[in-house]
Amino acid sequence: MIEISKVTKAYGEAVVVNDVSLSLPARGITSIIGPNGAGKSTLLSMVSRLMPMDRGRVMVDGLDVATTPGDVLARRLSILRQDNSVSSRLTVRDLVTFGRYPYSKGRPTVEDRGHVEQAIAYLGLEKLADRFLDELSGGQRQRAFVAMVLCQDTDYVLLDEPLNNLDMKHAVTMMKLLRRAVDELGKTVVLVLHDINFASCYSDHIVAMKDGKVVHQGAPDVLVRPDVLKDIYDLDIAVEEVGGRRIGIYYF
Amino acid sequence: MARSRAIPVLVLLGLLAVASMVAFMTVGARGRWDFILPFRGAKLAAMLLVAYSIAVSTVLFQTITNNRILTPSIMGFDALYMLIQTVVVFFFGAAQFAIAGPNIMFLAEVVVMVTFSGLLYRWLLSGEMRSLHLLMLVGIVFGVFFRSLSGLMQRMIDPNEFVTLQDRFFASFNTIHTELLLLAFAAVLAVTAVGWRLLHTFDVLALGRENAINLGVAHKRAITIILVLVTILVSVSTALVGPVTFFGLLVANLAYQVTGTSKHTVVLPAAILLAVICLVAGQMVLERIFAFNTALSVIIEFLGGITFIVLLLRRSVR
Repeated sequence: MIEISKVTKAYGEAVVVNDVSLSLPARGITSIIGPNGAGKSTLLSMVSRLMPMDRGRVMVDGLDVATTPGDVLARRLSILRQDNSVSSRLTVRDLVTFGRYPYSKGRPTVEDRGHVEQAIAYLGLEKLADRFLDELSGGQRQRAFVAMVLCQDTDYVLLDEPLNNLDMKHAVTMMKLLRRAVDELGKTVVLVLHDINFASCYSDHIVAMKDGKVVHQGAPDVLVRPDVLKDIYDLDIAVEEVGGRRIGIYYF
Repeated sequence: MARSRAIPVLVLLGLLAVASMVAFMTVGARGRWDFILPFRGAKLAAMLLVAYSIAVSTVLFQTITNNRILTPSIMGFDALYMLIQTVVVFFFGAAQFAIAGPNIMFLAEVVVMVTFSGLLYRWLLSGEMRSLHLLMLVGIVFGVFFRSLSGLMQRMIDPNEFVTLQDRFFASFNTIHTELLLLAFAAVLAVTAVGWRLLHTFDVLALGRENAINLGVAHKRAITIILVLVTILVSVSTALVGPVTFFGLLVANLAYQVTGTSKHTVVLPAAILLAVICLVAGQMVLERIFAFNTALSVIIEFLGGITFIVLLLRRSVR
């Protein structure tokens, strides 16, 4: 379980995350949604210790992220940010192998190699495994980074807009894969998503943020309602039920 | 495929480096060997130390800044070292250099240098500042500032003392300060020992701050230690031969190119060997064939400067 208590972050005068307290259940997909500038990515960065918080505390399975040694946390929690550009010249396999660094410190064992191949297969990157990252499209590179994070094999996986750059097919595949990781391997996945319909179809829990605060949270059928969405996005969104799932329609 | 290329490339570079060292020691030797060998040997040892220091400091600096255009010299590190020397002469007089002896002076300068670069550059490199252009601009401004400040002080000091300084301010591989050799060697050895223990983190740090933290590297601590190592290495090379701005850039980028990988276990030795080849073979050719008519530093800076411009242009196109 991730316990966020009274976390605040400000850049100068602008308060980006304002006194947020939240508890994210273990085992399941939690999606964080909200308009641009709501503080979603900042919150995720603080939970994953990429960014220090001004005030407040985050505990992951009872470990305080601010004080727990980095390499201990790296075996519990992994994070992938939005834009990943790497100046090193690496193949996909090289990159995914870095996912085993917290365990093997740069000397991958046979077991680590197994994890690497498994993660590559999981994301359907077998054919690209020996290609260099700078030879790949944005979506392919994105999948390679997700493979690295999965290879890290942590209980908690935090992803900041993992569907960025992915076409429809790969976006659906990615969400199904995360769903499988939760159902079969008991992972806890926390995502920042922009597409409310992906959030609606795949999440167990949705957290909606606006202006640095959590404004709504709950199961998809509680969150994906016209009045709630209007409150979050300031936009009229019709909600239809398709195949038992609630789909927001906001294109016109 | 990169892996299979690395070994032959390193072997070839190693052979070339050995060949250039042998050539430097023997070509055009007339006279008594018991004079030539120690005389050239000291020079060779100094060049090896300089090559090692510049290659390692540049590659590591590029690793922690995650880009291949910045080098310690471009960011004004050696200008800072020159400034420290000027300040010492300005306030204590050149006589202090003579009294304290070069080794004590060198140690004191390194300590001051590490302190100052720690203060100045740590916040720049700790990852808060994302913009490469801003970083470069700050570095260039630092460099100009340090140089002008030392320039001002040099104009105000006694002309005799200025001569002592001037001797240290032009990169020259003909007048190497060999009296510092032992201490410089000890410093490089110490840096290598610390660096060796951090070797496995280098590849991870090259992935960028966020990925490194995600993979459990104590980023700020690692960056700080590496910055200290880089500072010591820059002090060593600047003390021995003076400031060389673009040499590190040249060998580091050549090393990335010829090895085709980013693994530090390959890139670091390749960069060191390339630096040795450039310096030793270059100096040999200049001394024996052109009879000291040109300065090696001029040629190296010319080639390195061109590399710098090419890299900048390619980067902006991409």
